[in-house]
Amino acid sequence: MPVLCSSCAEKRAVLKRPKTAHSLCKECFFWAFEEEVHQTIVSAQLFKHGETVGIGASGGKDSTVLAHVMKVLNERYNYGLKLLLLSVDEGITGYRDDSLETVKRNQQQYELPLKIVSYEELYGWTMDAIVKQVGLKNNCTFCGVFRRQALDRGAMMLKVDKICTGHNADDVAETVLMNVLRGDIARLRRCTAISTASEGEGVVPRCKPLKYAYEKEIVLYAYFKKLDYFSTECIYSPNAYRGHARTFLKDLEAVRPSAIMDVIHSGENLSVREGVKMPVQGTCGRCGYISSQALCKSCVLLEGLNRGLPRLGIGKHHRLHEKILSQQPLTQEEERKLKAVDF
Amino acid sequence: MCQVDEEYNGQLDHRVTPRVSKKCVKCKENTTVLIIRAGDAFCRGCFKEYFIHKFRAMLGKNRVIFPGEKVLLAVSGGPASSSMLSQVQEGLSRDAPKKLRFVPGIIYIDEGGASGQSMEERKRAVAQLESVFRATNYHYHIVHLEQVLSLPSSVLEAGSSATEKPQTGSSYKAAVDHFIPTRKNQNQHPDLSVENAQSLLSNLSMQEVQNGVTSPITHEHTQALQRLFASVRTPTAKEDLLHTLRQHLILHTARTQGYTKVMMGDSCSRLAIKLLSNISLGRGASLATDTGFSDPRHGDVVIVRPMRDYSSKEIAYYNRMFDIPSVFIPGLDSKAQDKASIQRLTESFVTKLQTDFPSTVSTIYRTSEKLHTACPPQNTNTQLSAKCLLCVCALDTKLEEFSAYQATLISEQLSQRRGPGPDQGCETGDGGCCSSAKSTVDLKSLLCYSCRLTIKDMTALDALPQYILSEAERRRSQMREEISEFLLDEEENEAIPRVNGS
Repeated sequence: MPVLCSSCAEKRAVLKRPKTAHSLCKECFFWAFEEEVHQTIVSAQLFKHGETVGIGASGGKDSTVLAHVMKVLNERYNYGLKLLLLSVDEGITGYRDDSLETVKRNQQQYELPLKIVSYEELYGWTMDAIVKQVGLKNNCTFCGVFRRQALDRGAMMLKVDKICTGHNADDVAETVLMNVLRGDIARLRRCTAISTASEGEGVVPRCKPLKYAYEKEIVLYAYFKKLDYFSTECIYSPNAYRGHARTFLKDLEAVRPSAIMDVIHSGENLSVREGVKMPVQGTCGRCGYISSQALCKSCVLLEGLNRGLPRLGIGKHHRLHEKILSQQPLTQEEERKLKAVDF
Repeated sequence: MCQVDEEYNGQLDHRVTPRVSKKCVKCKENTTVLIIRAGDAFCRGCFKEYFIHKFRAMLGKNRVIFPGEKVLLAVSGGPASSSMLSQVQEGLSRDAPKKLRFVPGIIYIDEGGASGQSMEERKRAVAQLESVFRATNYHYHIVHLEQVLSLPSSVLEAGSSATEKPQTGSSYKAAVDHFIPTRKNQNQHPDLSVENAQSLLSNLSMQEVQNGVTSPITHEHTQALQRLFASVRTPTAKEDLLHTLRQHLILHTARTQGYTKVMMGDSCSRLAIKLLSNISLGRGASLATDTGFSDPRHGDVVIVRPMRDYSSKEIAYYNRMFDIPSVFIPGLDSKAQDKASIQRLTESFVTKLQTDFPSTVSTIYRTSEKLHTACPPQNTNTQLSAKCLLCVCALDTKLEEFSAYQATLISEQLSQRRGPGPDQGCETGDGGCCSSAKSTVDLKSLLCYSCRLTIKDMTALDALPQYILSEAERRRSQMREEISEFLLDEEENEAIPRVNGS
C-alpha cells in the first residue's frame, strides 16, 4: 500500500525528509522547505525592504538553491529586495572554470545580474599558482581568506547592502566541531550567528538564510526541481582538516539524524567565561580592511607569496608583522623557517 | 649524485627528529624509563613525583575540599578511578605538613543488571573489588543499579549548599572556618534534605548497610531494570539514561551517608570525548558543569574531577609501573561497534585523530576550561521548574530569539497535517497512541533539550523509575496550580491539538 504524504494526505509520498523523517509528496516538500527558509528570514530579520542583496554564487548546489529560493520568496512574500549574483573566480582549472559556466547559465535562468571577481585581478595570483608555491597542505587557508575579501570587494563595487551565502546546517555544525577541535574560542562564539556584525568601514554584513536547512534536503530540492548545478568537489580539498570534522558529522547523522541541529543548538548555547582573551577588531595597516592584528591576513599571505616565503601566514608569526610593515629585512633563520614546504 | 640533492641543494630542510635524551629531564641523573608527550623523558622516581604533584596541585588550586569533610570517591574499577583511589591513599598517608585532610568513602555501582551480566559474573566482580577496597581501610558502599527503582523523588531536587562557594583565596580560609562549626551543628540539626531522605528511607523495604554490601536484590528488580533498558530504542539514549541514573544513585548515597563532595575519576581523554559527545547530544548549555572541575548543580553535594589533567596514557603507565590494582568490568558499550552510539563514535573519532594530531585532546581540554555555564549556577531560590527533571541543569529551551530549537519545531509543524484532528494524527506513527502521546508531552516540557531526545527514544514511559514519574507529576501539578485561575475547563484541554515540545 503506498504511503500517503503526511502533510496533505492526498498524494503519494515520494521522499522521506532527512530532517524529521516524515514522508512527503513533492509539492508539500517544496512548500515546507521554502516556508522554513522564509520563517528563518522573517524571524531573524535578515533583510529590510528595498535593500540590494548580493547572493554569493559558486555554481554549486547550495548557492543555486539559495538563488532559486530567494527569487521565489522575494516574489511570493514581497520582500522588495533587489537581487544579484556575485561570483568569485579563484583560478582553479578543471573546477572553477566549469562551475562558472554554471553560474552564467543561472544568470540567464533566473534573470539576475551577475558580477565575477577574480583572484588574478585582485591579488595577482591564481589558486593554481598558489598551490605550486605552498603545496597541498595549507592551501585552503589562502583560498578562504582571499575569497572573503574578494566577496567584500565585489559587493562594494556593486554597492550592495548585504551579502547572503549558501552555508547550510551541515556547514555550520562542521564549523562548530572544527573550532572545538582547533581550540579557537573566539570563532566558536561567533560561528553560529546567522549574520555577521554590520558596523565598520568596508564591511558588508553577510547572512546565511539556509542555516537550518540540511545538506541532504538541499540536494533533494535541487534534484526534484531539476535545478542546474555543478557537483564536483574542489580538487584540492581532500587534505583539509575540515574533512575530519565532516566525516565525523556524517557518521553522527547516520546514528541520529537530528544530530546536526543538536550540534548547532549546542553551539548557540555555549558561552565563554569572562577574562578569556578575545581578539579586538581594528584595521589593517596596509590596505585598511578590518583586521584584529596589525596587518590583515590577506596582506600577510600575499607578502609571503610575493617574497617566496609561503609559510608566512601559516602558524603564529605575529612578531614578524611589524617587521614586514616597516619593510625591514628578515634574518637568515626566519627566512629559512618560512620557506620550508610540506608536501 | 642524486639529482634531488643537486637541484635543491641547501633548500631541502632536514626534518629535525626529536632526540630522546638518555637522562631524565628533571633530575638529569637517572636513566629514563618512559616518555610523556614528545621529548619529556622521566625516570621512575621523577615520574611518580610528577604524577602525585599533579593531583595535589589540582586539589590545591581549586580549593573546594575543606579539611575534615566527608568525600565520596566514585570508583568504577577502571584504571582512572583506581588511580584516583591510590592517589587519595598517598595524599592522606603522607607525613608532610601538606597532608590532605578529608574523610574518604568509596562507592561502587554494580551495573551488571543493565549491561546484561549474569549474577555469578557480578558477584565475582564485586568480590574482586571488595578485596581492593578492604585494603584501603576506608568505608565503602556497594550499590546495585536496581536500587535506582526505589529512590525517593527528593533526589531530583537541588539541596541548599551548606557553605558559600569561596571566591578568592582569602575567603577560602573564611569559608573553612565557617564550615567547621556548621558541620558540628549539622550533627545536631541535620540538613533538611538529609532528614527528608532519611525519613523516606525508613519507609523503604531495602535498607542500606554501611560499610559493606547492601541487601541482596531480587530477580524481579533485575527484570524491572532490564525492562526499563529494553524500552529504550537506541544505544545512545541507553547510555545517556544509564549515566543519569548512575548520577542519581551516587547523589542519593552521598546525601544519605552525609558526604558533601563526590570525586569522579574522569581523565583528560575521557573528558575530551565527553565534551565532544555532549556537543553532539545538544548539551551545549551545560558543557562547563559536565566537564569542568567542579559541578555544583545539585547544591548540597558538589562533584569534583581531580583527574582531569591526566591523559589516559599517563594513567596507564603509572598503574603498570606502580602496580595499582584495577578490575575490568564490561559495561553497556563494551564490544559495541564503532557506529553504535554517539558516545562510542566520538570515542573512536577522538582516539584516531589523536594519533595523527597529538595535541587534539589537550586542545579540547583547554577549550573546555574557557567555557562557563550559560546561566550561572543558582541557589534553590529560583523555581524548580527552571531546571531539567533528569539532569538538573538549567533548561535551555527558551523560545525568545530565533534558534535551532525553534527551527526544529517549525519543521515538525510544516511536515505534518495542519489543523486539529488527534485521531488522524495517529497514522503518522511517530507518537503512538494519543494517551501515551499526552504523557510524553507532559514529561517533555520539564526536560532540557537533550533529555528530551533521550525520552523520545523510549517506547514505554511507565518503565521509568517511580521517583521520576512522581516528581514529574508533582511539578506539573505545581505548574497547574499557578495557572489554575486561568484554566477554563479540564475537558477543553483535551481538545487542544498536540503541540510538540512546548
